[in-house]
Amino acid sequence: MKLTLRVWRQRAADADGAMSTYEVDGISADMSFLEMLDTLNEELILTGEDPVAFDHDCREGICGACSLVINGDAHGPERTTTCQLHMRSFADGDTIDVEPWRAAAFPVVKDLVVDRSAFDRIIQAGGYVTAPTGAAPEAHATPVPKPDADLAFEHAECIGCGACVAACPNGAAMLFTSAKVNHLNVLPQGAPERETRVLDMVAQMDEEGFGGCTLAGECATACPKGIPLVSITGMNKEWLRATRKVSGR
Amino acid sequence: MARTVWDSSVGKKTVMAVSGLIMLLYLVVHMIGNLKIFFGPGEFNHYAHWLRTVGEPFMHYEWTLWLIRIVLVAAVVAHAISAYQLSRRDIRARPAKYVHRKARASYATRTMRWGGIILALFIVWHILDLTTGTVHAGGFQEGHPYQNIVDTFSTWYGNVIYVVAMLALGLHIRHGFWSAAQTLGVGSRTRDRALKTVADILALLLTAGFLAVPVGVMTGVVN
Ligand code: HEM
Ligand code: SF4
Ligand code: FES
Repeated sequence: MKLTLRVWRQRAADADGAMSTYEVDGISADMSFLEMLDTLNEELILTGEDPVAFDHDCREGICGACSLVINGDAHGPERTTTCQLHMRSFADGDTIDVEPWRAAAFPVVKDLVVDRSAFDRIIQAGGYVTAPTGAAPEAHATPVPKPDADLAFEHAECIGCGACVAACPNGAAMLFTSAKVNHLNVLPQGAPERETRVLDMVAQMDEEGFGGCTLAGECATACPKGIPLVSITGMNKEWLRATRKVSGR
Repeated sequence: MARTVWDSSVGKKTVMAVSGLIMLLYLVVHMIGNLKIFFGPGEFNHYAHWLRTVGEPFMHYEWTLWLIRIVLVAAVVAHAISAYQLSRRDIRARPAKYVHRKARASYATRTMRWGGIILALFIVWHILDLTTGTVHAGGFQEGHPYQNIVDTFSTWYGNVIYVVAMLALGLHIRHGFWSAAQTLGVGSRTRDRALKTVADILALLLTAGFLAVPVGVMTGVVN
């Protein structure tokens, strides 16, 4: 495959950036999108140009490090992570636009790399349990109803990639935060911090400069892990419950 | 608690949802009341007079009406301020646009802000036209709303303003009603279809019901 890439290039956080056009040839349909970028970078290095910086780690869709808005879609046209997106999703001769996640709370560090540490601070605000859980517990010790376990598992799938923020017209982190809140709040291990967790995480989310939710639903469409929009409804419910409870004390 | 709610984006959104639902409830009643225009000036003007005597003898003349007006003004103001503040936060949170843009969310979702501005302007015009008579065309008569309505919808601009605003209202409710359910935490996977259907029905009924009046005047059914 021969492709034309238009890639966001930005030397540093405080530098101006622009789209640069590159031609890549000899791309196999079985390559992942990141391998295609590796091919581009090898050529850039050979010609003495600065390779395109992008985030990646596991390359198997589980770590949440890879990003990229591809032709306007976070993680590209398939519902998966960029590292699991294959070039067979594109056609020979295509022009592909590659941009970084865009949000005030995710500043560009270089080229396609953005700083997602705002997510870490949201987790630090309440995305943990204080109950010592040790190794996998004996299954009968603390029974968890099946629907609750399913709900927790569904939300535990969030890999913290930030595609939800990138896709949201308001740069909101509601889907990410709601995944964490729903995951922990439904489990007995998360019960001691049930109220403070949601209040503190939402407050931190606001503090980081993420936008609010207008229920546009773009986040859930972009999420590679299928976290549903209704998770936000669930978090709103937890937030209202916590606000009533905490101020009732 | 009030501070927690107002300082949080989730809390402010709750204010929007509650004030929006208060206005929605009022609009349903208002629309049904308006339809009485099809029963002639006698019945319609009598209905308008009755609105001022509701609750008597416990309430004095117009007390109930003023109570409703105060609640509505509070709802409009709370809704508009939250909308403004939340919109500013949203715009600031996304300063850089994507070069490769795509048409995204549904039309109703994308027009919430512009639709809201249209509704805000409409509310001001509507009150100045038919409540105070300040900008009324053709001699405002206190206590004769039937005649005033016929005047308004006998002008081209009266019809244009009204039709545009009611279409905006329909779209606003279509996304707003379902949205409010999510904001208040009452939406769920199993209820989603039902909520969307109710939102569509409410939007359609209100738009059609309100538009029936100018259409009635335009076609001469009401004159
Ligand atoms: C003063 C004029 C108005 C303005 C400026 C305005 C603006 C807005 C905005 C910006 C939103 C948020 C949109 C979003 O989340 O995408 C909204 C939501 C909403 N509006 Fe309005 N609106 C106005 C009048 C009305 C009226 C007359 C109603 C009554 C039917 C209404 C009902 C709602 C509802 C139910 C919501 C949903 C709240 C939520 O998402 O939780 N609005 N409005
Ligand atoms: S909710 Fe989905 S899109 Fe958002 S961070 Fe988690 S996995 Fe990524
Ligand atoms: S690199 Fe780990 S999820 Fe893509």
